[in-house]
Amino acid sequence: MALLEVSGLHAGYSAADVLRGVAFAVEQDGITAVLGANGAGKTTLLRAVSGMVRRQGSVRFEGRPIENLATEEVARLGIAHVPDGRGTFFNFTTEENLRIGAYTRKDRQAVARDFERVYNYFPRLKERRHQQAGTLSGGEQQMLAIARALMLSPRLLLLDEPSFGLGPLVVQDIFGIMRSINAEEGVSVLLVEQNAALALDLADHAYLLETGEVVMSGSADTIRSNETVRRAYLGY
Amino acid sequence: MEAFLHQVLSGLATGGIYASLALALVMIYQSTSHINFAQGEMAMFSTYLAWSLVNAGVPYWWAFLLTISISFAAGVVIERVIIRPVEHAPVLSIVTVFIALLVIFNSVAGWIFTYTIKTFPSPFPEQPLFGNRFISSHELGAIGITLAVLVMLYLFFRFTPLGLAMRAAAQNPESSRLVGVRVGWMLALGWGLAAAVGSVAGMLVAPIVYLDPNMMSGVLLYAFAAALVGGIDNPFGAVLGGFVVGVLENLMGAYVIGTELKLTVALLLIIGVLLVKPTGLFGKVFVTRV
Repeated sequence: MALLEVSGLHAGYSAADVLRGVAFAVEQDGITAVLGANGAGKTTLLRAVSGMVRRQGSVRFEGRPIENLATEEVARLGIAHVPDGRGTFFNFTTEENLRIGAYTRKDRQAVARDFERVYNYFPRLKERRHQQAGTLSGGEQQMLAIARALMLSPRLLLLDEPSFGLGPLVVQDIFGIMRSINAEEGVSVLLVEQNAALALDLADHAYLLETGEVVMSGSADTIRSNETVRRAYLGY
Repeated sequence: MEAFLHQVLSGLATGGIYASLALALVMIYQSTSHINFAQGEMAMFSTYLAWSLVNAGVPYWWAFLLTISISFAAGVVIERVIIRPVEHAPVLSIVTVFIALLVIFNSVAGWIFTYTIKTFPSPFPEQPLFGNRFISSHELGAIGITLAVLVMLYLFFRFTPLGLAMRAAAQNPESSRLVGVRVGWMLALGWGLAAAVGSVAGMLVAPIVYLDPNMMSGVLLYAFAAALVGGIDNPFGAVLGGFVVGVLENLMGAYVIGTELKLTVALLLIIGVLLVKPTGLFGKVFVTRV
């Protein structure tokens, strides 16, 4: 059984559907990438899993249907969503941003350990832990968003365009850390990315989304070697 | 000089009461961007509750604590039952609901308790404390209680996980949901806290202005002025604004325009702040790029 199984998913904002019958899965300990151009429905897909938009169809997490749960209840099951725009609490310090990430957890010692772990992955955040989060740079805020999501101690991490608006070095850094988190912490990842080359490097499975429908899926290697994908998304 | 000092000190006492009510306004404004016009009437109703308890023979401090708890619960229920259904309604509808609440509380209080002015007991002795000549025991006690409430609220919002979650929900509801904060309940708790703080303000001001269904209308105006002076989205500003307005009101009343026109000070402050510095002393200026 896959960790997250989605089928026949329709989702959208007002009357019109952005997603039209999408099916995909994230394996236990796997990294699944959803690729697509601007407006293909990538952000909507993550929002549909988290219950932030109107949705219909089947979404199962660890076999349990979650398509009718409110956003906060989805989060409480262990699905951490790093949203589009990073969702920073601007008036909080870096540390408060992380503390609120662990809000639902009762075990104080485990939370304290996670603070250390997260600061280990992102030493920059430790340096700036008393700084107001609104004054952090874009890259630091992206790190903070991922770190905050990790403080939930999630089983599944939803990542919305972590490379957006960041310089190549910072992006490399963040993707490297994502790889270690997946390998060392047993956190499965669902990643949506416009940057297909990057995403395919990290992922083991990939789906190609075009105007709200999955047009191709398979292992990352299969997708990478596909002629159409190579021309349209990888650009060589 | 002695008279001047007396005016300043008693201004600080009423100022503390304005500060509490201003803080109640700010708490709800921060999370919803709405001014609860019924905040004063809710406080008035709480004060009648305290009056009934005291009259039924409950010792003052027990009545005080009981009133705070019941007001808190009532605030939560009002948010859940009355405000929640209009959460996403246009601003004008929400304002209408607030005004309806104001009128309902006012008339129900008049209906149950009549419009006859009543005295409300002060828990503090009649003789000034420590034999001082500047400030009455009730005024000193009011300042003390106000400061205690403010410190407790500060500690709650600053250091407890629930306080952090309430601030988070006010600041960024979407991100709060994504970390598992039940935002709807945080709003209800905010209403409960605001009602509780308001009830303290009502019980402290009642021995000064006497108890009647309209006793809070002036106080609410001062509180609103206080919140605006400090910055309607800044709790510290609102508290400071409360003390400033309290002292200003007393000094203007004593030396400049006389007691009859004191309420005008509040109105002038409101108009002045809105014209000259709409964000208040400590409010945030929002700049949007297009």
